[in-house]
Amino acid sequence: MRKVRVATTSLAGCFGCHMSFLDMDERLVGLLEHIEFSRSPINDIKHCEPCDIGLVEGALCNADNVHVLREFRQNCKILIAVGACAINGGVPAMRNHFTLEECLNEAFLDEIGVDNPHIPNDVEIPLLLSKVHPLHEVVHVDYYLPGCPPPADAFVKIITDLLEGKEPSLPREILHYD
Amino acid sequence: MSKTIKIDGVDVPFEDGQTIMDAALAADIYIPHLCHKPGLSPHGSCKLCTVDVDGRAVSSCTMPASEGQQIANNTPALKEVRKTIIQMLFIEGNHLCPSCEKTGDCTLQALAYHHDMLDGHFPQFYPRRNVDASHPTLIIDRDRCILCELCVRASREVDGKNVFAIAGRGIKRQLIVNSPSGKLADSDIETEDLASHICPVGAILIKDHGYEVPIGRRTFDLHSIAETDLEQVILKKTVHHDA
Ligand code: SF4
Ligand code: SF4
Ligand code: FES
Repeated sequence: MRKVRVATTSLAGCFGCHMSFLDMDERLVGLLEHIEFSRSPINDIKHCEPCDIGLVEGALCNADNVHVLREFRQNCKILIAVGACAINGGVPAMRNHFTLEECLNEAFLDEIGVDNPHIPNDVEIPLLLSKVHPLHEVVHVDYYLPGCPPPADAFVKIITDLLEGKEPSLPREILHYD
Repeated sequence: MSKTIKIDGVDVPFEDGQTIMDAALAADIYIPHLCHKPGLSPHGSCKLCTVDVDGRAVSSCTMPASEGQQIANNTPALKEVRKTIIQMLFIEGNHLCPSCEKTGDCTLQALAYHHDMLDGHFPQFYPRRNVDASHPTLIIDRDRCILCELCVRASREVDGKNVFAIAGRGIKRQLIVNSPSGKLADSDIETEDLASHICPVGAILIKDHGYEVPIGRRTFDLHSIAETDLEQVILKKTVHHDA
């Protein structure tokens, strides 16, 4: 039987959700009987092939994030927003209280101890969005996995439910936003 | 014979003057509520306590109980309505639970868990709101204020003061402080006041105590809102569960 293909990525996130995913430890071995990874920081594949499940961590803070998210949406049958940032912007969205100019000035010009103050403008650097947004404001999201990060058990639960063809549900013990 | 109402098919006795919420709480029946706290006058603003009375949606915290009412409370449809209200409360403010001192002790968050809320559904408002950290022992973070007026009522009805009010309209609606400067430090609030402790969310906090109980061991990490509200646990401070 063909394995279920899973892609994962981190946008404006801290990779904490990915670390928590790996926290499922030896259960990952059993899971790999049933799933294989497409694009993921775990294998460093750079582009998403057609997949069954896409797990997206992090909010949208720059143009590249939006591009990657759209690639995931186009290629994944089921897209899951993973973690607080993907769901409501999370910690990255705290910059929404300020203008982009204020943020850049603070980080690169005015902050104490800044050496050679200038705002980086290399063409390779993706342009920042004026505000940080959660995923569902840009693409359709099929399922949400809350938590900062979601516990490993929550990853196991949602993937197992999907593998078994069930509608995913999170028991209260593993549903938390912090 | 005492008078009764029926909640989800169960006979619930009541006395004249009691609301549907009063009668339900007295009978250990949980109706979700957020702006209501027994002992303070009902406010009827959050609408989380919406029940179906003889086919009409009403707020149970303000609706007087009356003989023979047929009330639906715990139904899938009402659960969905209440979840939508909670989602709107989340997206109207800046509720970034991972960075909030109140996480795990927050009634709004606990209600969201209780209603299986996984996302905010609506686009985020990300309103810009102010912090008032002027007071030596208290802090106001308006990002998280849900305008429930529990602090307003606690100050007026229990503390015998008049420290808070809600002013403005729409997205500009916000908590204001009754002091010449508008700052909390210049008001007559004291740490011991009920108004300092009653906030159901992380909008009025006692400084320096936010992380005494570790995340994961707080009230709603260990109990559901239905349990704690029925026990009338007034969430002044997390009980220490490590003992
Ligand atoms: S007040 Fe409650 S819902 Fe809002 S951020 Fe804090 S814990 Fe979350
Ligand atoms: S500060 Fe807290 S208690 Fe006061 S209105 Fe806002 S949410 Fe309610
Ligand atoms: S609890 Fe009844 S309207 Fe808020």
